[in-house]
Amino acid sequence: MKRPSLLGAAWLVLKKDWQIEWRTRARLTAIIFFSLATLLLFSFAMGPDIVTLRAHAPGYLWLGLLFASVLSLGESFRVEAENQALTGLVLTPVEPRAIFIGKVLGNASLLFVLSLVLLPVAVALYDVDLGRDPLSLVLVLFLGCVGISAPGTVYSAISANARARDVMLPLLLFPVLVPLLLAAVSATKFTLQPDPQEQLGSWLKLLTAFDLIYLSVGFLLFPKVAEED
Amino acid sequence: MALALEALDISKRFGARWALSRLSFTLEAGRSLLLTGHNGSGKTTLLRLIATASFPTAGVLKVMGYHSQDEREALRPLVGLVSHASFHYEDLSAAQNLTLTAKFLGVEQPASVVTGLLDRMGLVARADSPVRQFSAGMRKRLAIARLLMRAPKVALLDEPFGELDPAGIAQMEGLIQELQRQGTSVVLATHLVEQGQRLTHERLHLEGGRKVTPV
Repeated sequence: MKRPSLLGAAWLVLKKDWQIEWRTRARLTAIIFFSLATLLLFSFAMGPDIVTLRAHAPGYLWLGLLFASVLSLGESFRVEAENQALTGLVLTPVEPRAIFIGKVLGNASLLFVLSLVLLPVAVALYDVDLGRDPLSLVLVLFLGCVGISAPGTVYSAISANARARDVMLPLLLFPVLVPLLLAAVSATKFTLQPDPQEQLGSWLKLLTAFDLIYLSVGFLLFPKVAEED
Repeated sequence: MALALEALDISKRFGARWALSRLSFTLEAGRSLLLTGHNGSGKTTLLRLIATASFPTAGVLKVMGYHSQDEREALRPLVGLVSHASFHYEDLSAAQNLTLTAKFLGVEQPASVVTGLLDRMGLVARADSPVRQFSAGMRKRLAIARLLMRAPKVALLDEPFGELDPAGIAQMEGLIQELQRQGTSVVLATHLVEQGQRLTHERLHLEGGRKVTPV
């Protein structure tokens, strides 16, 4: 018997998450409708001024993704807490760091799919121009989704067994994500609107740095979170 | 003779409550242990410590010669636990759950191994049903299939007869005896003392987390 490597085990964890999502489709359906409702409410709240809507579209897009991510991350570890499945994985044994990588990729991929679904909605509601720099836009969305998922996976695992987990996750996560959101909103703005001072590169670097820092921190901390004392 | 279990003054605390207190015992490899005691006496906690799902607050626990905390990576492949929690994913089918375990264990030809185990546990007809639709007894059978796939050196069974029908109980007894014939040390926690004594060599009775002589 040859056990899978760290990345092989992470791939199995990711595939398992996709299998569960494909069987139920509960998480994706919920976050799509939730974020659609959020974007719609923002457009109603701002009124019919198309210039204002276009200017604030990146912020609304990322707020929609952020709120949906709380639902998605919470559900991601609810399935692990049920029947103590996470403990079962650790005892199999699966290296906790492989579980972390697999869960981050699973959460990030779901958020990324959601972000792609929301783009045409943003066109319809906020009249944004997706054709200005589409490749950079996709890159920003990808980096932002990874940036939400890396600390989100750790905090979601911490709060999964807590009594007030639905309250605890956003309380822990939102303050950490402030720099990421700032960078993601600004970078998205410069892919949708003119960027005369060429600021996009700096924001992309900040997004990348945030991702690397939180992926490393999660990689180091997750074994402590996944195992009981 | 090598020791399967060696507990030296182990204690486990949850908050202010001591679930196990200064417990010492040994079990030779290949021999089996019956774990008895009232609800809350510490049986499940002890099984979780041996399985490395949790670690002693004080004392030293060695399983198959490995320190349960410091050498847990080497120890975990040698220990299998059937617990109150089944460790299965509710939204995956029985076959998918077992296949996942097989792939993590690096089992060659996982499909045929999984089908064989499901057939043996009488679950092959429901192989593609999600575990969410399973009865408690079927979940227990699936958990045992998972244990058999691991072929552990130490098998930890927490109330294995609970939720099983008479045929399932007879099958479970047969499986315990088969594991013992293969040299596996079985630690059996049950309230069915007579049945447990028939299947094991030694007995450890717990009261309030302490080892006591059974009355």
